[in-house]
Amino acid sequence: MTTEKKGMSASRRQFLTGAAAVGAGTVAATVARAAEPDPLITEVQEWASSFGDGVDATPYGLPIKYEDDVIRRNVEWLTADTISSINFTPIHALDGTITPTGCAFERHHSGAIELKKEDYRLMINGLVDTPMVFSYEDLERFPRENHVYFCECAANTGMEWAGAQLNGAQFTHGMIHNMEYSGIPVRTLLNEAGWNGEVEGKWLYVEGADASSNGRSIPLEKALDDCLVAIKANGEALRKEHGYPARLVVPGWEGNMWVKWIRRMEITDGPIESREETSKYTDTLADGTSRKWTWVMDAKSVVTSPSPQMPITHGHGPLVITGMAWTGHGRITRVDVSKDGGKTWETARLAADAGNKALVRFYLDTEWNGEEMFLQSRAMDETGYVQPTKAQLREVRGLNSIYHNNCIQTWWVKPNGEAENVEVS
Amino acid sequence: ADADGKFGLGRAALPEEVAAWNVDVSPDGTGLPEGSGDVWTGESVFEENCASCHGSFAEGVGNWPKLAGGDGTLDHDDPLKTVGSYWPYLSTVWDYVHRSMPFGAAQTLTPDEVYAITAYILYSNDLVDDDFELSNENFAEFEMPNADGFIVDDRAETEYTQWRSEPCMENCKESVEITMRATVLDVTPDEGGAEGS
Repeated sequence: MTTEKKGMSASRRQFLTGAAAVGAGTVAATVARAAEPDPLITEVQEWASSFGDGVDATPYGLPIKYEDDVIRRNVEWLTADTISSINFTPIHALDGTITPTGCAFERHHSGAIELKKEDYRLMINGLVDTPMVFSYEDLERFPRENHVYFCECAANTGMEWAGAQLNGAQFTHGMIHNMEYSGIPVRTLLNEAGWNGEVEGKWLYVEGADASSNGRSIPLEKALDDCLVAIKANGEALRKEHGYPARLVVPGWEGNMWVKWIRRMEITDGPIESREETSKYTDTLADGTSRKWTWVMDAKSVVTSPSPQMPITHGHGPLVITGMAWTGHGRITRVDVSKDGGKTWETARLAADAGNKALVRFYLDTEWNGEEMFLQSRAMDETGYVQPTKAQLREVRGLNSIYHNNCIQTWWVKPNGEAENVEVS
Repeated sequence: ADADGKFGLGRAALPEEVAAWNVDVSPDGTGLPEGSGDVWTGESVFEENCASCHGSFAEGVGNWPKLAGGDGTLDHDDPLKTVGSYWPYLSTVWDYVHRSMPFGAAQTLTPDEVYAITAYILYSNDLVDDDFELSNENFAEFEMPNADGFIVDDRAETEYTQWRSEPCMENCKESVEITMRATVLDVTPDEGGAEGS
């Protein structure tokens, strides 16, 4: 206690004499001196005198009203209607790595359906010993695992292929969320139905209970390796819009394959070549041929602040540059940040050890004195892969591949602190 | 769990249950039910169930998907990817229409209606004559124009090999010029726009 008091009085003395700015070795860190005493301090405030809400006021709470801009956003012109459409996670305003489920992005093909646990059925059929049906109650009785994984839509950043289009990290990079899942390994469920153990050349076709069905073919090897049928996310039941009461989790792979409201898994001799792996989620190259089965999401990162929706409003001096990085190939090992459009790079600080196929938070603690910046981040993963520029990607793929745009993003931070989505040479 | 790692949970699926849900169709036609439908029948079924969004000639209305046209545009700046110009397998058309269309009233079409609609979509793409009849018998004979237009993910060879090297940290480029700005396009929703707005 004594030490603390001494510390406090020392810093108060520095404040009063303006000594804090001296000897810090920085030009901008002038500590402001208040002209008038602050009434928020000198006057007793309402909240320091009367009551707040009782514990019965909010059985299940929402964020405080002052955070009402931290919400999913829709871009109307992107799709023909809001039923088969996308919205965006407010990644610009979030920190850490876990995405609050209430503002985690949605992508539906025939809307977010309401499927209660009592009505839920999961079928396993195809090349199995016994086709099986499981109820939700059955699912709860299988041994569970917990893992944190990112789910990134294959189309994340897709509108940016041709140029800088949407002005904000939420819109350019917000088709992503990162949650802690509790679920049953797919291998456990398949084992319950029994099959001859043949993996080579075998596939698992997975579909949802909704009208779109969203059927996708997954190599059986991947399904047995780390795929889960998840029944909880971030500690609670899945949100309706995220597949309640059960969804597939396909670590590191494109979000479309994370089949929601999962109702059936079928072991097959070959891929079904469904609509979602032929017409969609195939990537057209410049010569008119298209890649199919581009499942893995490559290493990627973005600076979330400063960014167009997060201008610098605090003036010159200390600035936290932060963002997130992820890779479908395993773990992020390093993130570099450039303030000059890629001429020079500094290695950022990872807030924690990167998880496997999960978001990691990075920080670059810096000083800003009103100079123009071209902010970029560049992720590296444990395979040695370095996040490419958009020019590098275009060199290989052209402009029409729609999906899998993991290019380095540039924010132009102007002397007034505003930021804009730009492309630079 | 027993010796096989089984927990004895769940129950055997009945044949009727598997038949109700297992309706996917593979490229070789596996999974198709018996049935048939011709172009002319397809035209009227399409007009009644599909044309309000996809147009009378499958050409698309407004922002709704175009199902026909775009032949030969895949290497253009703005390719038009339709059933005729892009889709590799006819099975996908049958399977997707049968299971997920019409949008908002899926799983209301009979197998014969789906055969007829599929025949009409082929006709709209100039891929069959107007007397064409599609059935489970002749289904597998039909080859789509872009059947050979797809390659399996080759990023490991074309991208990973060249992008797995120690990156430049200093003096990486001479100059940095802005080449494109999002605010010029001005297509970003205003702040405060909530979901569904």
